[in-house]
Amino acid sequence: MSSSYPAFPPEGRPGRHRQDQQRSPALRLVWVYPDLLSTYGDRGNALVLERRARLRGLPVEIIEVNSDQPVPRDGDIYLMGGGEDLPQTLATRRLLADGGLRAAADRGAVVFAVCAGYQMLGTEFGGSDDAPVQGLGLLDIRSGRGERRAVGEIVADVEPELNVGRLTGFENHQGVTRLGGGARPLARTALGTGNGDGTEGAYAGRVLGTYLHGPALVRNPGLADLLLHWAAGPLPPLPPQAEELAGRLREERLAAAIPA
Amino acid sequence: MDHNTQHRSRLPLRARVATTVGGAAATVSRLAGKGDGSVIGGIIGLRLAPDLLSLLAAGRQVVLVTGTNGKTTTTKLITAALAPLGGEIASNIYGANMEAGLTSALSRAPDARVAVLETDEKYIPAMVKATQPAVVVLLNLSRDQMDRAAEIWLLARRWREALGGVPDCRVVANADDPLVAWAAGSARQVTWVAAGQRWREDSWCCPDCGAHLQRAGDEWSCKECGLRRPPVSWMLYDNDVIDPAGQATPLDLALPGRANRSNAVIALAVAEAFGVHLAPALAELRQVTSVAGRYTQVTRRGTDIRLLLAKNPAGWLEALDVIAPPPATVLLSVNAQGPDGRDTSWLWDVDFRRLRGRNVLVGGERKLDLAVRLEADEVAFTLVNDIDEAVDAARAAGPNLEVLANYTAFQQYRVALGRVQ
Repeated sequence: MSSSYPAFPPEGRPGRHRQDQQRSPALRLVWVYPDLLSTYGDRGNALVLERRARLRGLPVEIIEVNSDQPVPRDGDIYLMGGGEDLPQTLATRRLLADGGLRAAADRGAVVFAVCAGYQMLGTEFGGSDDAPVQGLGLLDIRSGRGERRAVGEIVADVEPELNVGRLTGFENHQGVTRLGGGARPLARTALGTGNGDGTEGAYAGRVLGTYLHGPALVRNPGLADLLLHWAAGPLPPLPPQAEELAGRLREERLAAAIPA
Repeated sequence: MDHNTQHRSRLPLRARVATTVGGAAATVSRLAGKGDGSVIGGIIGLRLAPDLLSLLAAGRQVVLVTGTNGKTTTTKLITAALAPLGGEIASNIYGANMEAGLTSALSRAPDARVAVLETDEKYIPAMVKATQPAVVVLLNLSRDQMDRAAEIWLLARRWREALGGVPDCRVVANADDPLVAWAAGSARQVTWVAAGQRWREDSWCCPDCGAHLQRAGDEWSCKECGLRRPPVSWMLYDNDVIDPAGQATPLDLALPGRANRSNAVIALAVAEAFGVHLAPALAELRQVTSVAGRYTQVTRRGTDIRLLLAKNPAGWLEALDVIAPPPATVLLSVNAQGPDGRDTSWLWDVDFRRLRGRNVLVGGERKLDLAVRLEADEVAFTLVNDIDEAVDAARAAGPNLEVLANYTAFQQYRVALGRVQ
């Protein structure tokens, strides 16, 4: 039997059109350097955050900042995607010189970074010839190159204090990351490689990074809501039909990764 | 003495034994129904003579065709465009595009003086070395199955190094793709073609120095290092090909879509390198109606179905341009088996908003990934489990069903519809 899904929310519902957004200031999502750091589906994180905010009546403005533009300092959530070695090094150099992301993080903005972007948040990562490259220093982590590339499904159980469900995603990296005393692991791996020592990702304050690459928030709406909560305060729950498909996808992928 | 024996007698004994044994294995494989035999024959031959490909390529004019999208179609188009040369042309028409596939294609056509060989992007350096090609065709380069393919800046660098080492080779390259243009820039002889670039998400930055590229229309340049779009001698302009003399000729292909017009202009540029004039070459291109089941039309219980294959975001972008307007129903289908890439992240690089308001069906083994993607773009859809459910769901809207699927999903529909060619 086939089953039909109308577009949700239906046309004309509040929170969906730009004119509705003028009632309150928009949540500013800053996507950092999509020209350099957008390897595979990274746009998905911006789209998921936008959808989940709008469904709750929170207006959203997505600001894409290319690597030849200054990074705005007044954003609410900053997103950083994946990238190859050379773009990763170039992007880091430019962000250090620009200073906008650091200024935003210092005043408490949310930063969410995946894969290469996650490594960039640290004090150091391995560049194209594995020579250490100075990172942005927003998280107390150091990354280098591992022996083997980690490619495949990853499942990890999130630090209980964050109150986020099990992570499910795809990883594709050769990084090994060690956490210093100033950062906590985001999760413990049940399947996959993550940081390489049984932990996965890291966070400190409102800066959070993960090796789940690309559209990591698609299968992890709880993590998306954590970021929105950090940026905008407590959130009302979503109507069940808005969660149904993402929930089914999540269950399907978790069941496929770790058969009962 | 037949032609096979004649050509084989020019090969060293090792190569003759290897092609004979490899050919026998291919025949057994075909008879056993294990595929077309092109890979197994090549693998066995290469095991017996590791330099078999070089031996088989020696003395022939080889064209290698590579790029992320359009390899199979362009290989078929070039083969067609070279038909006026007369004589057999060796080609790996079944898309077996690594060393064994190339070896098998050459060993099956021992008398062909010309070979047009689709080549996997990663294998270009090794295949350039082994075959010493007369022509290398570089179509485009974009993100593709990143769980198993190399990263594309790295690929472009490897192409560039390989092409710098073969001064007698002519490169036919798409000047509109900055990564391709940079990779081809090391070659001694290049025919630059303005073949267009619909997908730009992988080339906002300079492949040489990494600075954000300046773009105006099709022109692109780097203000840091000076790399810029080279002057072109061939151009695609809407439905016209503009040849090096500046003459515009309507392409009027049977194959649909901008991407295939682009592939056709490349094929015409290759034909010219072989001395085949535009008019006879184009006449051959217009005869091509489908490529390994792609673009094929079939009828199932009164519904006209057309199959489109696209494997990555750039391919889906082009394919969404090709699908027929409403009231045609659109079936999107995605799998994530090995040949598809096991990671469906790429769906988030495709903009589906243009499907809003259309009758959209979603199928394939990863239909839920696609469903969540469409939901985010506010596209309504119906989940279906197979082609028959899709036909039922399409019938209410009209007589046409356009199927857009990635690799193994496409093959499954092809089998379900009776192995359409």
